[in-house]
Amino acid sequence: MEAHIRFHNLTVRYGAKPALRDISLEIPRRRILGIIGPANAGKTTLLKCINRTIDFVPSASVGGRVEVDGQDVFRIRNVYRLRRRIGMVFPLPVGLPLSVYENVAYAPRRAGVRDRAELDELVEKCLRQAMLWDEVKDRLDLLGTKLSGGQQQRLTLARALSHRPEILCLDEFSIAIDPVTTMKIEDILRELKNEMTIVLVTNLVQQARRLADRTAFVSDSRLIEVDETETIFTRPANRLTERYVNGDFG
Amino acid sequence: MEDSRRERDGAEGGAGQADSAPWLCRFLGPAESMVAGVVVRLCGYSAILFVFAILFFVLREAAPMLFGGMDLVEFISSPDWRPSSEVRPQYGILALLVGTLSVTGLAMALAVPLGLGAAVYISEFCTGKVKETLKIVIELLAAIPSVVWGFISYMVLAPLIVDLTGAPVGVNLLNGGAVLALMSVPIIVSVGEDALKAVPDSYREAALSLGASRWEVVYRVLFPAAKNGLLAAVLLGVGRAIGETMAVLMATGHAVQIPRGLLDPICTLTATIAAELGETVYGGPHYRMLFVIGLVLFTITFFVNLIADIVVKGIRNGQRA
Repeated sequence: MEAHIRFHNLTVRYGAKPALRDISLEIPRRRILGIIGPANAGKTTLLKCINRTIDFVPSASVGGRVEVDGQDVFRIRNVYRLRRRIGMVFPLPVGLPLSVYENVAYAPRRAGVRDRAELDELVEKCLRQAMLWDEVKDRLDLLGTKLSGGQQQRLTLARALSHRPEILCLDEFSIAIDPVTTMKIEDILRELKNEMTIVLVTNLVQQARRLADRTAFVSDSRLIEVDETETIFTRPANRLTERYVNGDFG
Repeated sequence: MEDSRRERDGAEGGAGQADSAPWLCRFLGPAESMVAGVVVRLCGYSAILFVFAILFFVLREAAPMLFGGMDLVEFISSPDWRPSSEVRPQYGILALLVGTLSVTGLAMALAVPLGLGAAVYISEFCTGKVKETLKIVIELLAAIPSVVWGFISYMVLAPLIVDLTGAPVGVNLLNGGAVLALMSVPIIVSVGEDALKAVPDSYREAALSLGASRWEVVYRVLFPAAKNGLLAAVLLGVGRAIGETMAVLMATGHAVQIPRGLLDPICTLTATIAAELGETVYGGPHYRMLFVIGLVLFTITFFVNLIADIVVKGIRNGQRA
């Protein structure tokens, strides 16, 4: 299977503290890769390396390579173009201080979409995909930050989808969302993987089991193992993985 | 330890006081915390007391002229301020008012872009030693006494203006505006930088992840998110410029006239009070008119604050519309 994203011996330090040690990992195209592991294992850092928002952590130093479509992201000149290919959803909802509509229309506008009807259609589609449309369709002018936490979280999902990314990175997207809506979004993610590669960082191991084609287990800044999700959950190679997925530690 | 403290608070009815001063209650018993609550409340109310006391005393001195004895039309519309004329003293503040407004306006035109630009640079684009150094230097600038700024305007800026423009005198509107701008910039920078710093990093990350450039992050995300704080920064700068006395007295030439250009000497409301109060007869019309000017200044600052309040509220509500 063709790899969309490839980590080669990736090492990241925050000052003297290692955040990722020698990670080598392939993420296949149009599949969902689940990344599980205890807090502070380096899961979020891994995502930050894909879209290079790690650049904005002043103390971070990076070794090794991250390739997207065979291209080393740390050598890319136009990092903004790279980021536009990647949708990112953060664990805490971040409505930008713009209206609901503008939050979603921001990236398409930047990409040069000017036609109002086309924007309207796109915004509606993304909000529907994020299961938010019905709740906000009458108040698209409301400031994004005034929505409830769960709504803001879905707004960030809609925003991440708005620039039709090739890669969608989800960092604990369901943390502020009720279980019913979470299930609906999970259904949509299963559909979306026909169009894009999805990297799903999650603390809910069962969510990884439900959604991911492959699952990687990260602990203490090391990649412990990565395999087909079914294998990770039934016959993991590493005892640590087994204990984690069974809820014995973490 | 933790438990016993909690029990004491709960058992002795400390919970009621905890509403007004929860932080203090952690360290104090219920009786002390009640006293502390009263003390901080008095501190809070004292601000209102001071404002009204100041208004009262200024009004008391101004009243005999304000309610009879002064020509209100002349006061507002005449540019002639001739309080010590033997023939007929005239008390028109139009020139002084124009002087204050023009010098403040010029100062803000220079200081707002410079101050906000510096705030953005310090908050968003510079790191480490440069950032620390800049912050310290700017705080130092804010601490320079206004009379020293007056010196600088008189000894450095004035000759420079004469050399560069060929103006007959170097102490004028331009000089005053420049000095006031330099005095307001540190305030705008430090308050503005705090406002930008208060915007959560997650906003920056979110916008950057959407492919925004760092400059786009500044004007599409940080400015809207921090606009109340930035507005406060600008208005504090305006307040400083309007109220400043010593430096403008030394920098503007103190000539009562409506300026026709940047190089005309002017006179401001504040400088007039400072320069003339010592020479007046206590209780005389000139003395009382200076207090009326004080009231005018009071009113101006009141309206600046009121407008700021309305604008800030308007921004907040406008976000819903």
